[in-house]
Amino acid sequence: MEVKEKESFFSAKNRKLITNPLNVDNPITVQVLGICSALAVTAKLKPAFVMAISLVVVTAFSNLIISMIRNGIPPRIRIIVQLTVVATLVILVDQFLKAYVFDVSRQLSVFVGLIITNCILMGRLEAFAMANKPWQSFLDGIGNGLGYSWILLALGFVRELFGSGTLWGFKVMPQAFFEMGYKNNGLIILPPMALILVGIIIWIQRSRTPGLIDKS
Amino acid sequence: MYSNSYVFRYAAIMVILVAAVLSAMAMLLKPAQDKNVAVLKMRSILAAANIEASAENAIELFDKYIVEEDALSPKGDVIGVYRNQKLEKGDLRPFEINLKEELYKQSKGNEYELPLYIADINGKKLYIFPLLGRGLWGQIYGNLALEADFNTVAGSMFGHDKETPGLGAEIQNTEFEVQFIGKKIFDGSGKFTSIKVLKGASKILTPEQLVHGVDAISGGTITSNGVSDMLQSNLTNYLEFIKKQNIN
Repeated sequence: MEVKEKESFFSAKNRKLITNPLNVDNPITVQVLGICSALAVTAKLKPAFVMAISLVVVTAFSNLIISMIRNGIPPRIRIIVQLTVVATLVILVDQFLKAYVFDVSRQLSVFVGLIITNCILMGRLEAFAMANKPWQSFLDGIGNGLGYSWILLALGFVRELFGSGTLWGFKVMPQAFFEMGYKNNGLIILPPMALILVGIIIWIQRSRTPGLIDKS
Repeated sequence: MYSNSYVFRYAAIMVILVAAVLSAMAMLLKPAQDKNVAVLKMRSILAAANIEASAENAIELFDKYIVEEDALSPKGDVIGVYRNQKLEKGDLRPFEINLKEELYKQSKGNEYELPLYIADINGKKLYIFPLLGRGLWGQIYGNLALEADFNTVAGSMFGHDKETPGLGAEIQNTEFEVQFIGKKIFDGSGKFTSIKVLKGASKILTPEQLVHGVDAISGGTITSNGVSDMLQSNLTNYLEFIKKQNIN
């Protein structure tokens, strides 16, 4: 009889579940999922941060819940079950934001609701949580959420700094720069510029990890 | 293979569970959310009086500057007064009046009442009229502050629920709002003209007309028209009240 060796909570394999999505399996730059919200909410750092946290919470817990009940889900209605779980979590997050960070919730407006349709979620549920144990799924959710988060924060940082001269709402560009003729870049606040920035991140990433480039 | 009855039972139980969790959370978080909405309303009223309030000091500033809240009948009589944190007349604090419901009652031909806020900014009285209208995608709202002559605009504030960012949503920008300051809602003969939001108003209107017009948002024509209509229809409701004030 085969004795299954108990895997430690943070075995090398489990750690990979978190670190891979940060780089070689990043949801935005490699899987190219969740682009729309990444472009829409990153004009300022604060909404980007709240969006990032919200997404980490939703991916982690939807992965966990779906993985826990994966053996009982009738395959014919599995997408509906997944959607219900995701929608419930998103509504909870939305209600929490409305109650405790109202201003940010107003800025994010429709985008929190749109987490429901964020491709990262359904992608991870179908590809990972339906076939893996709860703990691994939870880690996978956190990993992918964080992978999404750091791109959002990087974009938010660059766009707020050069677009508005502030960070987290605080003025950081010295007044002396403006007196010398420096101007905030209006273009960088618009979504197309965010796409170009994502492109630059992808460029840097691929030139550092050639394994990501298609051979063909 | 799962049987049909299993699928049905599974779905039914899941839905009931989810509904229970969601309604429990909604009830738990309701007080905090309601407070946020009230604070936002205070901030937008103060914004029309050109007072910048943050979420933290809104209640304090509101109590300090908004010295009186009135409820008005359709005939322009004051039927409710709230002053010095006390309800002096009427049975509902005018701040609590839901303008949307009242305008709906009006459209059905029923009795309705309208709120009015009176601000005292360092001795200068401002009358703040709440507005509610329709933009391109959803409702738009605002507050218009008139000086004691009930004619000159002292400040304005506009907001929206889901207008397009960069286009219609620009009505909430200060650059759009400051245009209203100094405009008049009555012409020289005392006829109500409201304030029109027109494309290129500053170029096509004569100086006399320009007193009643501001520039529209480029790319936000329907929202701009919505602001025009909102001012026209909401201020019309207050004409009876204003008429009575001017006689006195």
